[in-house]
Amino acid sequence: MNITLQMAWRNLWRHKRRTWLTVGAMIFSNLLLVFMISLQFGSYRMMIDNTLKSYTGHLQIQRMGYNDNPKIRNSFTDIIPLANTLRKRLSNNKVAARGVAFAMISSKQRTYGLQIIGVEPAFEPAVSTLPGLLTSGRYFNDIDAEEIIIGRVLARNLRVNIGDELTLLGAGRDGSIAAGVVSVTGIFDSGINDIDRLMAQLPLGYFQSLFNMNGQGHNIVINAEELTQVTLLKNTVSKILPHELQASESQRGKPNANEQQLVILDWNQLQPGLKQAIQADMISAWFMYGVLIILVAFSVLNTQLMSVLERTREFGTMMALGVKPGRLGTLVISETFLMSSLGLIFGAALGAALSYYLSFVGFSYPGMEEMAGRFNLPDRMYPSLSWLSIFLGPGIVFFCSLLASAYPALRLFFLQPVSAMKAV
Amino acid sequence: MLTTLPFKIIFTLAWRNLWRNHRRTLIMLAAITVGVWAMIFMTALMRGMVDDMLDNGIRNLPGEVQINHPQYRDDPNINNSITMPDSQLRQALQNSNISAWTSRVRVPAVISSERDNRGVTLIGINPANEARIGFDPGSIIEGRFLGDANDNGLIIGAKMLERLETRLGKRVVIMSQDPDNNIAERGFRVIGIYKAKLASLEENTVYAGIETLQKLLKLDDKISQIAITGDNYRHIKSWYEPLRIAAGDNLQVLPWYETDTYLGSMLAMMDGFVLVWIIVIFLTLSFGLVNTLVMAVFERIREIGLMQALGMRPSMILYQILTESFLLLVIGLILGNALAVISIIPLQDGIDISSVAKGMEMMGTSSILYPALKLNDMLLASIIVIFLGLLTSILPAWHAASFDPVEALGKD
Repeated sequence: MNITLQMAWRNLWRHKRRTWLTVGAMIFSNLLLVFMISLQFGSYRMMIDNTLKSYTGHLQIQRMGYNDNPKIRNSFTDIIPLANTLRKRLSNNKVAARGVAFAMISSKQRTYGLQIIGVEPAFEPAVSTLPGLLTSGRYFNDIDAEEIIIGRVLARNLRVNIGDELTLLGAGRDGSIAAGVVSVTGIFDSGINDIDRLMAQLPLGYFQSLFNMNGQGHNIVINAEELTQVTLLKNTVSKILPHELQASESQRGKPNANEQQLVILDWNQLQPGLKQAIQADMISAWFMYGVLIILVAFSVLNTQLMSVLERTREFGTMMALGVKPGRLGTLVISETFLMSSLGLIFGAALGAALSYYLSFVGFSYPGMEEMAGRFNLPDRMYPSLSWLSIFLGPGIVFFCSLLASAYPALRLFFLQPVSAMKAV
Repeated sequence: MLTTLPFKIIFTLAWRNLWRNHRRTLIMLAAITVGVWAMIFMTALMRGMVDDMLDNGIRNLPGEVQINHPQYRDDPNINNSITMPDSQLRQALQNSNISAWTSRVRVPAVISSERDNRGVTLIGINPANEARIGFDPGSIIEGRFLGDANDNGLIIGAKMLERLETRLGKRVVIMSQDPDNNIAERGFRVIGIYKAKLASLEENTVYAGIETLQKLLKLDDKISQIAITGDNYRHIKSWYEPLRIAAGDNLQVLPWYETDTYLGSMLAMMDGFVLVWIIVIFLTLSFGLVNTLVMAVFERIREIGLMQALGMRPSMILYQILTESFLLLVIGLILGNALAVISIIPLQDGIDISSVAKGMEMMGTSSILYPALKLNDMLLASIIVIFLGLLTSILPAWHAASFDPVEALGKD
């Protein structure tokens, strides 16, 4: 084997330019693949993190059926004690209970309809970034305070400022009229127009009395430390949650109005669009990568086929001297192996260097800002390097190159030494 | 005699040389074909997606150009209404490039059924004009479209119907605000249910007759906006400018790419993407192309030396190698383009991508993707491949032309 590798190495440099051109094609595509894949990993991660952190969270406990039909009556009882239990049992503070309702909100001059979220002032900042985005005023400090926090756009449209009063008018859980007066304590700017215009927060205690919730609420948000731990956390939560409260598999999709059954939904069930957007992007990206890889494979096939054909006489002589076709085949494969290794090493190294550099300074292109806003991305992207993102693309190129040289190598088995030695 | 060869002979020589090593030529052709196919196929898919995104987006705005109160976009309130177009603006709207225009009332409102209530965008329309520019009557799946501007009915989305737990023919209450800040409310009968390409629309937009709403909201004949279309979003310059002048300073006239900057940037980004994609594929191909030519020259060193010894000018050798490259590129392009057309024809009826529909909706496209094969894109790909291909072939060709005949003849 040693001598085969040595021969293969020397054979490569019989045609320096050809070898470098083929290796060049590999380096170029490997560099692109490492960069693109790192960028993809980086942006997917950011997209998931930013979307979930702003509101949804990693896990939510809801009454079965609420996710498809978010109505005020689909709530469940004793939400705050349940959240307290979870916090204690999980020894994790990233747990917060919420209530969701719809109301008309009026200032002296204007009226708008919007979504009202009741939150636990002490715990909401641990599960969502919104409380940290206040541009003026402060967050709630009392769960029963008659206070409200609204978005920047809504504040401008209502023409109100910190300390101004707003009137809320909606329907309570039992259909009764819910009306109250609250003062604006904070104004947030999430940068997402829809959130800044269509969402407001109340302290959960006041929310429950205003909407006649009777201690009920709509969801408990639970965040994991890392996205990768979500599945584990979901199992743990399912063990903690009293068994009789949970909907069994067979009950799913058949909500029973009389009993309340809870379900634990992960971010993927709460925001199916997120994973699907990533999937759609993956499909088109892998189509592109596939084309690049096929083109490199053609390049290798061409080089190796030529290099075998031009050595017909040489191979004929070697066979006449007793070298088995299998060994010649191994030689050709070894040549490709060495060539692909060069492409892999240089391509992955250059690609990793480029991505590493950009993971600090960031990367942007014209028009990205507008697009990024749609997917909750910042206006610069940062590739995320990992062993997988470095070696996935180049590894496939390496493998496909070896595969492409199979045809030239197999041809050797059909070589007739006598006619081969006479070939021009 | 051989100093200058007629083009025909160079061509014949190049053609025959190409097929001396048919395996190599075929592999290279296959690579070019796949490359060109991928360039055009991918571009057609992406174009189809962006076209759909723009069509949906502009239909929802609606119109390529909108006329609003200067404050309306920032604060879509009833107090930021405008009057019907005056004679000067009416004249500008007569422009032959404008195919339709319509006026609308568009205010935030609350809709309530017996079971639930929601915040919505309430739009008052002129049914006949609206159909040509914004709301598509074909999207009504149950019931009927509004008859005229005085119609007392309400059109709501299928999703909204579900949320409100109401039915066709039932009454719902619409609540909004009149210019004096009084609550204006009245009951409407649901006369039509529509299904939008983008599900999020269904949940937040309802339609009523414009005159009915003007009465309800005490607007007299005031409106929120005028939407104008020329049926071609790429060419609005010819009528947008005169319109802006005619509207004067008290009205804001905005083209679609400024009303929705996401849509505008998508169009620009798409054009950029097509170019980058074509060039990346080309670069990957170019390594193989140069390699093929280098090999072709290498195995003919003696032959080239002999031709030069016989008096053939180096420039003729250069032309010959370039012609070989040209032929290779042209055949590859023809095959690649043909393959692209053949592979797209069966997809004309659309590709069902509903498995990722919710993800596509984040981008603003619907769940069926119609590839858009454009002659311009095919030309662009072909011209770039020919031009850059010949450019990269100059090096090996020039190398061949600069052999020293004596040395070349001495090689074995």
